[in-house]
Amino acid sequence: MSTLSVHDHGVAHHEEGHEHHHDTFLTKYVFSQDHKMIAKQFLITGITMAVIAMLLSILFRIQLAYPDKAFPLLETLLGRFAPEGRLDPEFYLSLVTIHGTIMVFFVLTAGLSGTFSNLLIPLQVGARDMASPFINMLSYWFFLTACVIMLSSFFIQKGPAGPGWTIYPPLSALPTAMKGSGLGMTLWLISMVCFVASSLMGGINYVSTVLNMRTKGMDLWKMPLTIWAFFLTAILGVLSFPVLVAGVVLLIFDRSFGTSFYLSDIVVNGQVMPFEGGSPILFQHLFWFLGHPEVYIVIMPAMGISSEVMSVNSRKPIFGYHAMVYSLIGITVLSFIVWGHHMFITGMNPFLGGVFMITTLIIAVPSAVKTFNWLATLWRGNIRFTPAMLFAIGMVSFFISGGLTGIFLGNAALDINLHDTYFVVAHFHLVMGSAAIFGMLAGVYHWFPKMFGKMMDEKLGYLHFWLTFIGAYLVFFPMHFMGLDGVPRRYYAFTEFASMQRWLSVNMFITWAAIMSACAQVAFLYNFIHSIFWGKKATQNPWQANTLEWTTPVEHIHGNWPGEIPSVYRWPYDYSKPGAEEDYILQTTPLSQTMSSNLPHDFEDNPAGLEALNTWTSTQKANEQVK
Amino acid sequence: MMAQIQQQEDKVNLGAKKFIMWIFIFTSFMLFAALTSGFIVYSGGSGRGLNITLPVSFRYSTIVLIASSITLFLAARAAKQLNFEKQQQLLWITIALGVAFLILQVYGWYTLAYKMHIYLIDPNATRSFVYVMTFLHLLHIIGGIAWLISALNGSIKRIPQVKNLYRMEMTSIFWHFLDIIWIYLYVFLLLNQ
Repeated sequence: MSTLSVHDHGVAHHEEGHEHHHDTFLTKYVFSQDHKMIAKQFLITGITMAVIAMLLSILFRIQLAYPDKAFPLLETLLGRFAPEGRLDPEFYLSLVTIHGTIMVFFVLTAGLSGTFSNLLIPLQVGARDMASPFINMLSYWFFLTACVIMLSSFFIQKGPAGPGWTIYPPLSALPTAMKGSGLGMTLWLISMVCFVASSLMGGINYVSTVLNMRTKGMDLWKMPLTIWAFFLTAILGVLSFPVLVAGVVLLIFDRSFGTSFYLSDIVVNGQVMPFEGGSPILFQHLFWFLGHPEVYIVIMPAMGISSEVMSVNSRKPIFGYHAMVYSLIGITVLSFIVWGHHMFITGMNPFLGGVFMITTLIIAVPSAVKTFNWLATLWRGNIRFTPAMLFAIGMVSFFISGGLTGIFLGNAALDINLHDTYFVVAHFHLVMGSAAIFGMLAGVYHWFPKMFGKMMDEKLGYLHFWLTFIGAYLVFFPMHFMGLDGVPRRYYAFTEFASMQRWLSVNMFITWAAIMSACAQVAFLYNFIHSIFWGKKATQNPWQANTLEWTTPVEHIHGNWPGEIPSVYRWPYDYSKPGAEEDYILQTTPLSQTMSSNLPHDFEDNPAGLEALNTWTSTQKANEQVK
Repeated sequence: MMAQIQQQEDKVNLGAKKFIMWIFIFTSFMLFAALTSGFIVYSGGSGRGLNITLPVSFRYSTIVLIASSITLFLAARAAKQLNFEKQQQLLWITIALGVAFLILQVYGWYTLAYKMHIYLIDPNATRSFVYVMTFLHLLHIIGGIAWLISALNGSIKRIPQVKNLYRMEMTSIFWHFLDIIWIYLYVFLLLNQ
């Protein structure tokens, strides 16, 4: 067939020279427009933010475990936020708020999508760069600005925002309501506006690149599941983030200009406020119209990454490729009509609650399709337990155990009991927190050789995986029981409530498990940083994977491929194909070169190819008979 | 041969960039859809309606904006016919109409506040919505005028025709969209007044 367009490094090398631009330090590492560098910028910023948010969680876990103890060290570290060595109650709320905000938006949205969409979309669809590299660069710089503004709120008099990551009014709309509603809240809102701008610029670019810049032969059904996941995630973001902007704009008008969109009949410190006629529920509608798709923005890239990693390391095609894509599409569509399940206790019409309950429970269908497909991919695979593979399997484990409790919470009647208890905390930390971060870590371990040209240490990877995996279950599993017993989330201390005092020992246990898992991350950070500089040199295709990114040279160049972009002839999951010489066939290998492993269904829309296959098989048979 | 490939890739990239504008329009539409849905949820929940007649200047501004869409369409056609002077003239007119729209909207606020005594701060938040919607739309209009100026600037500087047409097309997509969004908002407010 067409051997001309087969990717061939020997032929391509003479054209390498023209790709080298005159890069200064500033254009190469700082204001880079190269998607691979922007991906690294997102990753390193994301990891930094994750470490900060994790440390914040340890701080409030200490408070929950030892509500009556004073830690003089805390006062040394935090100053007025921990007078006499005990966390200030309002600062506790700020910690919870900022932990949630950073983890959901800055780590699992920007850190996850930003890193892997940027790295993999051009590399796996076969494009030189994003549709608009400039907007892509802006996207990172808006993100970094958002990070800096968010963190800067720790250095102001009243401390960071405190009304929870969902910033419900009236708490978030009245600057005088509490410390965390003051300047910290304003900074939170400014930071989020920058973040949404960043997110939209990124998302728009991803969608446009996937739809317009695929290489020859790469039709939608030949895209790896990672690309499908990033693509649908970007669509979700593009459609839902503007709605958050609308909600936030109205909130800013209420805060700063005195309108009453969300406020009504408010008395602060004995003073009647002039607000009248507003509806705080309106904010919840606008917020959760983003907020629910947001949790899929967080989990879908992790799903895509896990699918890819599990297929590569099981040396088997992903089970039910089409079903995987359709279930992603199903989740995307359904995610827009389920936001009401966050609002069952707002006095919603029970009929409406029933509708939202049904749509919510239907999401179990595509989720189960994905889960079973992952398990079936593993089934009788030739599994290689690389650290990336372990994290991908861990992602599936968390997705199952966290997803099951979603069926409880999606019930309008059960939710009345479980709403805002630790049951909810356990649910979402497993299903979108741990699962998504495991997907992200799987991606880091798997594509580290592509990003930095080095290998990460496997032993440290295993240590990191097992400690984190066990630690996460030890932290979040007991919370289910606390929640079932009615322990509410976001409380500063439970010592005042006789019925909750017995949970103190569990809280201590959880805190120590959390400290252990936090320490385990040192193994990762050391491995990550050490491997960037002193890791073993990576080969071009260390995992023997099929996708296009492994056909690029190890040394990064502008434009990704020296010479022509390779064409694509087959889907990305031809692992262990019967009759093939090796257990993987690159997407760039034409069918004409793999006659012994071709199957009739490889030629569905290609009668000429089918005929060639038939001729080839009959000659083979004839030869056999001669022998 | 390399130069040819480079050129082809540029063309492909321009297509992808135009697509970026289309997706941006979707995001922008979602913003206004959220505001109008918020309006409906609010007025449905609180039983409050607008109960005002919208200022006349909004009617005039609608006419002005539609006219600007027509002149921009003609400008794009002139650009395609390589008639750059006509393109520039029509772009000037479009910008003028855009600015006129801006002024008329602000005058509309003036009428609302000083003549009809309907302020941004009102216990009936549907009235605040009128201000917020028009304000956010005006922000978009300012962006649109920036695009118009960049298209005009490109045409005056005689940038290559491919790029000239590209800028004209990007500007047109955005500007016509702003026109449609304003009609949507205006009709929405009229139906709710």
